[in-house]
Amino acid sequence: MSPADLTALWLTLKLAALVTALLLVIGTPLAWWLAHTQRRFKPVIEALVALPIVLPPSVLGFYLLVAMGPHGPIGALTQALGLGTLPFSFAGLVVASVFYSLPFVVQPIQQAFATIPVGLLEAAATLRAGPWDRFRSVALPLAAPGFLTATIFGFAHTLGEFGVVLMVGGNIAGETRVVSVQIYDHVEALEYGAAHGLSLILLGLSFSILLVLYARRLPWRL
Amino acid sequence: MTLRASFRHAYPGFALAADLTLPMHGVSALFGPSGSGKTTLLRLMAGLERAADGSLALGATVWQDATRFVPAHQRPIGFVFQDARLFPHLSVRQNLAYGQRRAGAGGAIEAMAERLGITHLLARKPDRLSGGEAQRVAIARALLTEPRILLMDEPLAALDAARKAEILPYLERLHAEANIPILYVSHSFDEVARLADHLVLLDSGQVVAAGSLVELTTRLDLPLAHRAEAEAIINAQVVAHDAAFHLTCVDFSGEKLWLSLHEAPIGSFVRVRVRARDVSLTLAPQTGTSILNILPATLTDLGGESDSQVMIGLDVGGTRLLSRVTRKSVSLLGLVSGRRVFAQIKGVAIVE
Repeated sequence: MSPADLTALWLTLKLAALVTALLLVIGTPLAWWLAHTQRRFKPVIEALVALPIVLPPSVLGFYLLVAMGPHGPIGALTQALGLGTLPFSFAGLVVASVFYSLPFVVQPIQQAFATIPVGLLEAAATLRAGPWDRFRSVALPLAAPGFLTATIFGFAHTLGEFGVVLMVGGNIAGETRVVSVQIYDHVEALEYGAAHGLSLILLGLSFSILLVLYARRLPWRL
Repeated sequence: MTLRASFRHAYPGFALAADLTLPMHGVSALFGPSGSGKTTLLRLMAGLERAADGSLALGATVWQDATRFVPAHQRPIGFVFQDARLFPHLSVRQNLAYGQRRAGAGGAIEAMAERLGITHLLARKPDRLSGGEAQRVAIARALLTEPRILLMDEPLAALDAARKAEILPYLERLHAEANIPILYVSHSFDEVARLADHLVLLDSGQVVAAGSLVELTTRLDLPLAHRAEAEAIINAQVVAHDAAFHLTCVDFSGEKLWLSLHEAPIGSFVRVRVRARDVSLTLAPQTGTSILNILPATLTDLGGESDSQVMIGLDVGGTRLLSRVTRKSVSLLGLVSGRRVFAQIKGVAIVE
C-alpha cells in the first residue's frame, strides 16, 4: 500500500470518528426533542433530518458547497468569525459529513428514546430525580442500544462517503482525499491492484462493524 | 397536621373540581368508580400533573398555589404506581438505593427489604420478578426515601387474587405501624374496608363525601350504604375465644358479638363487617332462636331502596349498623326514627 493510500485511509478514519462524535453531541438533544415534542412542525423537522437518506449526494453536496461558499449563509458566518470559507478543506468535509450522516445517528437515538416508558421517568421524579438526573440515570442507560446503533451507522456511513466529498472537498491529498476518492483515482488510472487493496479494507471494515451491531440482535435498527 | 388540596381543571371528558382536607395519620382512601378522577387527584398531589387552578399544602408547607409550583422531584412524597415501574437496567438493590440516595435518607436497605420480604431478591433484575414481588420492591423503594406521605395508586389492581393476598398483609402491617400517612387510591371496596381509616368518595371529578370509613359506609345518603353488599364496618376488640364451640367474641361499644373462631389474639383490635342483609329487626328480644347475636338498638333513619326494600340505620351504643328489611315489615312493625328495637345479627365476619 502506498503512502498516499495510507494517508487517505487515516484521513477517512479521522473524518468518520470526528463526525460521529459531533453527531452524538448534536443528535442526542435533537433526538430527545423529536421523541417527546407535540409540536405541529415536528414532521417537518423529521423530514428534513431524513432527507440525506434519499437525496443524491451530489444534490446535497451542491447545496452545501453554495451555502459554505463566500456568498452562502454558512460561508458568511465562517468569514465573520475570521475562519475563511470551508469548501475544499477538512473542516468543510466535517461540516458536510455531519449533514450527510445526520439521520443515521438521530433516528436510532430518537427511536430508543421514544420507546422508554414515560412512566419510568415519572417514577424517577417521585424518587427525587430532577430532569437532568432522570435523563442521565434512566433515559441514557435505557437508550444505550440505540446509541450503539447510532454510533456504528454514523461511523460506517461517513466512511463510505463519496459524492458529497467530491462536491465540497474536491480531491486534495492529505486534506480532503478520502479512501473512496482514492479508489476512484486508482480506477481512473487503471491501477486495479491498488483499488482492490483499498476496497477490500473498506469492505472488511464496514462488514466487521455492522457484524458487531447485528450480532447483538438489537431491536433498534433503521 | 393536615393535607389540604383544592384543584380545578378541565380534562378531555371530565372536569375535576375537588376540595379536600386529609388527616396526616393512618390510611386515607380515595374511592370511586373508574373515571371519577381518583388517579388524577393523586398525580396532581404528587406534582406529576399540574392543574390550571390548584392549591396544595402539607401543614405549613405549600406545594402549589397561585404563584408556586414545587416540581415532583422536590416534594417529599413516596409514590407507588399500579404497575411497579422498576428501572429495568438496575438490580432490585440499585432500584431501592435510587430514591434513598437522592432523598439523602438514612435507613438500611436490608432492614426495609426484610420488612417487605424481598431480601432474597436484592441481586435480581426486575424482569426476573413476579408481579407481586415487583410491587413489594416498589413499595420498599418509595418508603426508603422516608417520605412525609405515601401515595398509592391502585397498587393491587394489576395483580391476580393470589398476588393480592400476598401483598395485603404487608400493607396492613404498614398501616398498623402507622408511622407514615398513606393516601390510597382504589376502586375495590374490599381493599378499602381492610386498609382505610378515612375515606374520600369521588364521582365525576367531585368529592361526594369525606369522613371516617365507619361513618361513610353506613350513611344512607351515600351510595355505599345501598350496594347489594351494603354493610357496617365496626372496629372491635377480641375479648374471648370459645375453643369448645369454635367461636370468638369481640367487643364494641360495650356490646359483644360472637363469630367463627379467629386466630386474632385476645386484646387485639379487628375490623368486623356486618352486612345489612344479615340484620333483621324485632320489637322484643327473641328467645328460642338460633341467632347468637341480638343487640338492643335505636332506629335512627330510614332510606328507601326500591318499591319493596328499605335500608334502616341503627345505633347500638354509639356504633352504627345497617339493616335491610321489606317495606311491608316497616309498615307492620311501625318502624320509625327513635324506635327501640332489637337487631338480630345472623352473620359477622372479620374483614380480611
